[in-house]
Amino acid sequence: MKQQAAITLEDVVYETEENKIIHGITGMFTKGKITAIIGPSGAGKTTLFRLCNGLLSPSDGNILIDGEDILTFDPVNLRRRVGIVLQQATMLEGSVRDNVALPLQLAGKELKQDEAERIIQEVGLEAEILDRNSRDLSGGQKQKVSIARTLLNEPEILLLDEITSSLDRVSKQDIENLMTQINREHGTTIIWITHNLEQAKSVADEVWVMMDGTIAEAGPIDILDHPENDAVKHFVMEEEK
Amino acid sequence: MSTLALLLTLIFVLIPLILSKTLQLGLEKDTLIATVRSIIQLFAVGYVLQFIFDSGNILYIFLMVALMIGAAVQNARKKGASIRGITWKLVLTFVVIEVLTQGILLGLQITPPTAQYIIPLSGMVIGNSMVLGILFLNRFTSEVASRREETELILSLGGTPKQAIQRSLLASIKASTIPTIESQKTIGLVQLPGMMSGQIIAGADPLQAVMFQLLILFLLLTTAIVTSIMLGFLSYPTKFNERMQVLD
Repeated sequence: MKQQAAITLEDVVYETEENKIIHGITGMFTKGKITAIIGPSGAGKTTLFRLCNGLLSPSDGNILIDGEDILTFDPVNLRRRVGIVLQQATMLEGSVRDNVALPLQLAGKELKQDEAERIIQEVGLEAEILDRNSRDLSGGQKQKVSIARTLLNEPEILLLDEITSSLDRVSKQDIENLMTQINREHGTTIIWITHNLEQAKSVADEVWVMMDGTIAEAGPIDILDHPENDAVKHFVMEEEK
Repeated sequence: MSTLALLLTLIFVLIPLILSKTLQLGLEKDTLIATVRSIIQLFAVGYVLQFIFDSGNILYIFLMVALMIGAAVQNARKKGASIRGITWKLVLTFVVIEVLTQGILLGLQITPPTAQYIIPLSGMVIGNSMVLGILFLNRFTSEVASRREETELILSLGGTPKQAIQRSLLASIKASTIPTIESQKTIGLVQLPGMMSGQIIAGADPLQAVMFQLLILFLLLTTAIVTSIMLGFLSYPTKFNERMQVLD
């Protein structure tokens, strides 16, 4: 069966005045699958996410969502369809409830108590945390609130940027299970930047290995067991040490 | 005041000059420049005002107000260099403030429509609007930079630029307006305002002077809040492009 593309990239370039960060990427993220993106720091992974969520626009090339050019989308609708959880888990001043309610508030809606409790418990936090000041949370708790916040938009595509790097082993496992469940139950396409090869292998169906702003290798997740590209081989060996 | 009395006031310039020289503060040159400039500028304004008051021509009033706005824009625009089209945004803000305040003052016949009232009151309104504008632009630029992550977070969740920058905008409006409100709380207790002191020295009835000073204070409240809000709402869209992305 032919696989459908959730996001297609056609020779996408992104450069600033000083640097070329993405050097002509062509590829696709399969609809309904979990794709892991791995690669060394500075490979352009986060920039690629910001391009897909519309926080940046490509300097050249095209990004298609469900076959339609990203530039034809209204930015607000695009960002609700393509949700992103950023690594830094920025919290706004106020309570956890204020932060979780943010996407609905932006859309002019209200977050009901039972919905707030459901979403906060889904990411592995107690409902009591809703009334705490968001600035008093630990790094891991902030990351979970940040995930809950993005999930409230019910995005079709979910971009996760190293969301478990500040979590303990049990929380990491909980989040992996949650993402797998969301992917299976709702058919949400998930693209997950991770530095953890073990995590990539356990959750992802496919993988992109990015290096120096390009795709060094991409395919089913098991290509990590026998990479063809020498640089990827070296990277995988180093990460598995 | 006689010319001799005015000449004797130069003692107040001599004191800082001597102190600066003795303590090697290096302020002599700047003090002298400031003194000469203030003498030339104030006498020039005095002669111009005398001419305008004598002529009674309304065109000269417009010209004078336009000059004040031009000078205020020139001064404030340096602080908003990072904001696209800041010159016109400042011009529009100062013009609106001037039209609004003079519209109320003249329309309700609070002050008479003569140059003696319009020009000094316009000077105070535009001057304060300029200071407020500079305060606002300084604060807004730093707020936007320090809250960039917050702004991008809100955009990434499907917020509009206005929603994304609202916290920076409100914080900057508040911060630039608070000094005006705070200074009004202690007015008369700590110091007598300049205009009121001037009127009393010139022999006016102190209660009349107080009434005019209150008029100025209330005028400046409107000036403060309208300046920051107008500049804020005119400036924030320049921080984003048409794809609702934050510009560097």
